[in-house]
Amino acid sequence: MTETNKPAPGMNRRGFLKAGLAAGGAAAFGGAAFSGAAGAGESDPLITEVQDWNRYLGAGVQAAPYGVPSAHEAHVVRRDVEWLTASTESSVNFTPLHALDGIITPNGLCFERHHGGVADIAPADHRLMINGLVDKPLVFTMADLMRFPRENRVYFLECAANSGMEWRGAQLNGCQYTHGMVHCVMYTGVPLKTLLDEAGIKTNGKWVLAEGADAAGMTRSIPMEKALDDCLVAFKMNGEALRPEQGYPLRLCVPGWEGNMWVKWLRRLEVGDEPWQQREETSKYTDLLANGKARRFTWVMDPKSVITSPSPQMPIAHGKGPLVVSGLAWSGNGRIKRVDVSIDGGRNWTTARIDGPSFSKALHRFYLDIDWDGSDLLLQSRALDEHGFYQPTKNALRAERGENSIYHNNSIQTWHVKEDGTVENVEVS
Amino acid sequence: MSKFLKSLIVFSALGLALPAMAGDGEKFGLGRTATPDEVAAWDIDVRPDGKGLPEGHGTVAEGEVLFTDNCAACHGDFGEGVGRWPVLAGGQGTLKDDRPEKTVGSYWPYLSTVYDYVRRAMPFGNARSMTNDEVYALTAYILYLNDIVTDEDFELSKENFTSIHLPNEANFIEDGRAEEPFNERKAEPCMSNCKDSAVEITMRARILDVTPGRANDDEGAGAGSVD
Repeated sequence: MTETNKPAPGMNRRGFLKAGLAAGGAAAFGGAAFSGAAGAGESDPLITEVQDWNRYLGAGVQAAPYGVPSAHEAHVVRRDVEWLTASTESSVNFTPLHALDGIITPNGLCFERHHGGVADIAPADHRLMINGLVDKPLVFTMADLMRFPRENRVYFLECAANSGMEWRGAQLNGCQYTHGMVHCVMYTGVPLKTLLDEAGIKTNGKWVLAEGADAAGMTRSIPMEKALDDCLVAFKMNGEALRPEQGYPLRLCVPGWEGNMWVKWLRRLEVGDEPWQQREETSKYTDLLANGKARRFTWVMDPKSVITSPSPQMPIAHGKGPLVVSGLAWSGNGRIKRVDVSIDGGRNWTTARIDGPSFSKALHRFYLDIDWDGSDLLLQSRALDEHGFYQPTKNALRAERGENSIYHNNSIQTWHVKEDGTVENVEVS
Repeated sequence: MSKFLKSLIVFSALGLALPAMAGDGEKFGLGRTATPDEVAAWDIDVRPDGKGLPEGHGTVAEGEVLFTDNCAACHGDFGEGVGRWPVLAGGQGTLKDDRPEKTVGSYWPYLSTVYDYVRRAMPFGNARSMTNDEVYALTAYILYLNDIVTDEDFELSKENFTSIHLPNEANFIEDGRAEEPFNERKAEPCMSNCKDSAVEITMRARILDVTPGRANDDEGAGAGSVD
């Protein structure tokens, strides 16, 4: 693959990209396109010949009043798997984790999960109601909400069904599909506690029902202890307004807990003395065990990690030698303390290097810089959080829960890196 | 009562330590009081104890007509589901199977969830279009499809609603993850020679061509679900 991805002498860039795509799919962008392409002793025409972009003027300011990624990054998009769901309005797509770095997910690449499509709400028409066991039921406009003291917090959001297709065995060949129902952004918003205090919680108020304004009227029951701890009513992500598909103009953040609870298009908060047993916390988002019993209210997202590169969509295109193994780790319990990486399928582990900020309940970026000898690898990563919880193997998880849980699969992922640099999703003994 | 005292009581009632934060429980005087009509318009949630049920009633026979007209296109005439749309009936006794069928009759713990969800979100694409009586009738018909009621003249109402229990209610348990062996705190995982023999590949991804297009060649292999 390394050889076929190298441009033939005299081949122009367009031809090279085409050939690369034909030969290795996404691999064309994986490495060879960026490596010094000319062979030893040959001069690189990209250097010796004046290129168009070096001679002619480029686009001026305001060519894109809202900037978009380079056309060369057109393959870095959210993708769905059509057969998973009956309709796109009640469906999911996946973050292209394999193509990203650092810990912040660009807003337009954050995976989507809707139950009744993307609600289109003008901020002037949006209302947030607080009712139930409160001293005074209240209605806020967006303008009202902008007058409360606000906070900025970086949090991951993971769907409880992330990796849900992988319970029975390796299924989908790419970390975008196996692990792409996670994203991490900085939210700006008002603590939920501030708003509940404004209404005044009655002493028997033990639960909060969060409700969305979308066509699914999404609802989840949240225990008051969590509501008063770190929940945030957010209106910005990464500095700009929430994207429509992320709940514009208002969403709830329930840090470290399953994404389904992060109600989008948030329009109502009801205080009650018992949970409401809504559809999304009874028939869904309950974890069926092998013995036929089902766990409910499994809120916390367990420690988890995945190697994003190399991975099936990000094969090694440069041959042996220096190789950056890169991945993400996160835990709903708090910070990630350590990530271990194995290249032999879990027999031996090396502690990876965590780089970048380490925020509680946020993605962490890890690297292991190795000298690849060109042989087969069985790559795994294993996250440990600051409370001592770590990722189990897939077999250990299945031994406890069976194969029908759908939700909360935080087991260790294995990638088989082959001698030609291609990578496959596998399970190991 | 002072604001401080009030928040102290709230926190004590919750068994929480009082956070030592300045301005805790502070009020900003923002927003306005919600009117009773506004609360009634949005607060339509129903709990298992019957709290939130509106006045009304509907029969199985009435529900059958409504179901055929509004629901069967996706859920099938008998709740069997069309394509990948949700199956509503049947599946009793399958929860330990390789492919459990999770329906209202086989899995859902509470009937109130059916009423609540149909009223707030169904029919798909035309939510909040049913009257309260129609939702009672549809809920009654779903009970009938699941053999939980057997009389076509059965009428479900606010009055008899909480007398009906779904068969799988007792099989829901609390989150037990903390007791799983690998979740024992401070258990330091093995770092070297963690497996006795060389590691073998036991399974490969079933679907290899999800990138960059769609997995449209092997629909039968779509065993996974995001539910």
